[in-house]
Amino acid sequence: MTYLFAHFDVVAARTGEHVMLTLGSLAIALLIALPLGVLVARTRRSGGITLGILGVIYTIPSLALLAFLVRVFGLGPLTAIVALVAYAQMILVRNIAAGLRAVDAAQLEAATGLGFTPLQRLVRIEFPQALPVIVGGIRIATVSLIGVATIASFIHAGGLGDLLFAGIHQDDPQKIVAGSVAAAALALAFDRLFAGAEALVRR
Amino acid sequence: MSRGNFSLGTASANGGAAIALRNVGVTYPGARAPAVHAVDLSIAAGEFAVLLGPSGCGKSTLLRTLNRLIEPTAGTIEIDGANARALDPIALRRGIGYAIQAVGLFPHLTIAANIAVVPTLLGWDRDRIAARVDELLALVRLDPASYRGRLPRELSGGEQQRVGVARALAAEPRVLLMDEPFGAVDAIVRASLQDEIRAIHQALGTTIVFVTHDVDEALRIADRIVVMDAGTIAQADTPDRVLTTPANDVVRALVGIDEASRRFALERPLLKRRRP
Repeated sequence: MTYLFAHFDVVAARTGEHVMLTLGSLAIALLIALPLGVLVARTRRSGGITLGILGVIYTIPSLALLAFLVRVFGLGPLTAIVALVAYAQMILVRNIAAGLRAVDAAQLEAATGLGFTPLQRLVRIEFPQALPVIVGGIRIATVSLIGVATIASFIHAGGLGDLLFAGIHQDDPQKIVAGSVAAAALALAFDRLFAGAEALVRR
Repeated sequence: MSRGNFSLGTASANGGAAIALRNVGVTYPGARAPAVHAVDLSIAAGEFAVLLGPSGCGKSTLLRTLNRLIEPTAGTIEIDGANARALDPIALRRGIGYAIQAVGLFPHLTIAANIAVVPTLLGWDRDRIAARVDELLALVRLDPASYRGRLPRELSGGEQQRVGVARALAAEPRVLLMDEPFGAVDAIVRASLQDEIRAIHQALGTTIVFVTHDVDEALRIADRIVVMDAGTIAQADTPDRVLTTPANDVVRALVGIDEASRRFALERPLLKRRRP
């Protein structure tokens, strides 16, 4: 643990990069996943196909996905963000669709019959009720992305992976411990944060 | 977003709209027989009409054409002389109350917010909405002070039905559509809800179109019963005449069982009303 305390500024900087990489990817992933989730919830057939494709992407080992994307986007954070966004889609879209599908059909009938537009119904009736499940998906996705993002160092995207890979190359267990502890602490912190948010919206 | 109400406007505390159906038919995509076929029906302003028949007879389908949840594949529907098809369906629905068997209260909203959904969509101001919510809670015999802030899951089935009726009436519609609204509550609660909807109808004069498969319910509450069979109207007449002179065997079979007790059911609300 001596490295962690002696070079706290370095660990903090790598942690900051890691958080930016993870949350930036998460934000972009959500922007894509929200319309996709609505589509999957609304359409049985094309929804199933969409989930199937996302499932295939999800099963590709993250290292292989990165190696493949480097061919297209080159080395650096951009490639890592693309990979993290793709990786998060499965979890986010599945949860958004599941949350929306769980809304009672009688409420949808009543809302439409009372004169909600489709968008008003989605925003005022369906999303508020799907929110706990959606936040649950964001929680799982964030924790997964924090793990996957450590590998992004391999393609020069920075983050806590830098410490881990440096530790491996320099045979310096102190750096590996520092990187692992920081990554684990980060994952735990976000897990607790979103668990709190989930409990809040579930009330 | 301001869509306002559709052209017939709102009723303040009274008045209903007349409804005229001409040759209305509904054939679902892929279905061999139409669900509703060649229905001609005029419902007078302020009338309490009950669509009666077994499940699958087309009564719910017909009801849902009135607020365009289902578009007729044939014929025309006029509400106060305006062709329903020519109106914006969203505005049309905001001007027509709608209550269903499953109620469909929104569980994340308070009772007050549930009742206020249509006034909110119509952009009423806060004070007017608050006053209207209290007025409606009192109308359906729920104490405003204690029910306003509750959530739907804290209410019994009968109380939820009352809130469903209050929500349907919130924006002072001149037409109220009810699809088996009391089907999911026990017999005693159902009877009191039936009395109350009669009383509300008397007080407001709203045109009510009410769907049920329960003959006794129809006899108790209707000004006129529209008996449906296989997508067509078998008979449209007063409860008394449906009972005494059924138009055909289908109607006779529907109302004929134990006629004596049915007549008693018909008399009972009248006796109750005579009391001071």
